[in-house]
Amino acid sequence: MDKTIDKQAFMALLHDNQTIMVGGFMACGTPETLIDWVVESGVGNLTIICNDAGFKDRGVGKLIANDQVKTLIASHIGLNPEAGAHMSAGTMQCELVPQGTLAERIRAHGAGLGGILTPTGVGTIVEEGKRVIETDGTKYLLELPLGADLALIDARVADRHGNLVYDKTARNFNPVMAMAAKTVVALAHETTATLDPENVVTPHVLVDHIVKEVG
Amino acid sequence: MDAKTIIARRVAQELSDGDLVNLGIGLPTLVANHIPDHIHVHLQSENGLIGLGPQPTEDKVDKNLTNAGAEYVTLKEGGMYFDSVTSFGIIRGGHVDVTVLGALEVDQHGSLASWIIPGKLVPGMGGAMDLVVGAKKVIVATTHTNKGRPKIKAACSLPLTAKEEVDMIVTELGVFHVNEDGLHLVERHPDISIETIIEQTDAPLIVGDVKLMEV
Repeated sequence: MDKTIDKQAFMALLHDNQTIMVGGFMACGTPETLIDWVVESGVGNLTIICNDAGFKDRGVGKLIANDQVKTLIASHIGLNPEAGAHMSAGTMQCELVPQGTLAERIRAHGAGLGGILTPTGVGTIVEEGKRVIETDGTKYLLELPLGADLALIDARVADRHGNLVYDKTARNFNPVMAMAAKTVVALAHETTATLDPENVVTPHVLVDHIVKEVG
Repeated sequence: MDAKTIIARRVAQELSDGDLVNLGIGLPTLVANHIPDHIHVHLQSENGLIGLGPQPTEDKVDKNLTNAGAEYVTLKEGGMYFDSVTSFGIIRGGHVDVTVLGALEVDQHGSLASWIIPGKLVPGMGGAMDLVVGAKKVIVATTHTNKGRPKIKAACSLPLTAKEEVDMIVTELGVFHVNEDGLHLVERHPDISIETIIEQTDAPLIVGDVKLMEV
């Protein structure tokens, strides 16, 4: 089954009010072409789940600069002053989540778990409004699963089935996000007929659509 | 020797052969330049690698190989890449021997504030909360004062990164251990008197046998 789609078919997947997960760490491993198309589509009121706010002109920062983001769920926004400005102006809400907790909340959704217990954030403002559960004398926070309508993934190579491998530190949040969204679109920088099954990182059953990077 | 070099050199002496070490952004990164030749440590970058090497020359830059501060880096022989879930499993699971972080404030009980100044600076916690909770040994590497104001406090006034997790504080004036009974001054800069250190520290200090720092 050929999962390759073109720009027009990708644009048809986008809607106002969607929750979109975007892979990448400070824009390393973010599918920039797909972000550019989301910018072009003009869809708004989005909830974006990403490790960080990217930069003003790279990664999900482009969506923030274009006023398309209602809520950002991220661990760090410090390298994008626009994100801080949008928060101060009240045009964007931001939920800051410790990075390891963000990864595990996404994993929990993708793995069918009702939540996770983590010691991270105990005794800090991250604890506010959360259940504290004690097991064997240690306090943990109950952190709830995080899923999305759409996940935008950046892969180095996709085979014709949609199996994915990644490139160096561009892997980061991409594999776990591929588990946690109703629709998963991977931008593939290369395509190949087959991959060594031992080397596949994301199994093709998780990937709905492939967009081939041009140029 | 400037303050940052004094601090980085002293922190480097805390590392042992074979340690898995995570160095925070900024001053802690400098520690890598002062690790003795006979000590081989594995540096982790939480965006997804172990075996962090030096920065590449311009012609060797790979845009998919970055550290957690979005700087281009290299990978040492034997190093490897992994996703964010694995990275924070390693961190939270107690597999990191030493983590070195900066501070806005650190207190006598080992609580650390490093990620937010409400109303002024909201960069986010990134991976810091997980690192401080998960690492076996937590070292705060910081200048002793900020614009003349002590950073070591009786109790932190800013929102915490983690409660009572710091083991050791290294500044350009001295070295401090956080023990059950309070904060111990264990080393001092040879040109700085114990009285001066007490004066510039906003927390009660337990002063016993104080050794001299190598500067």
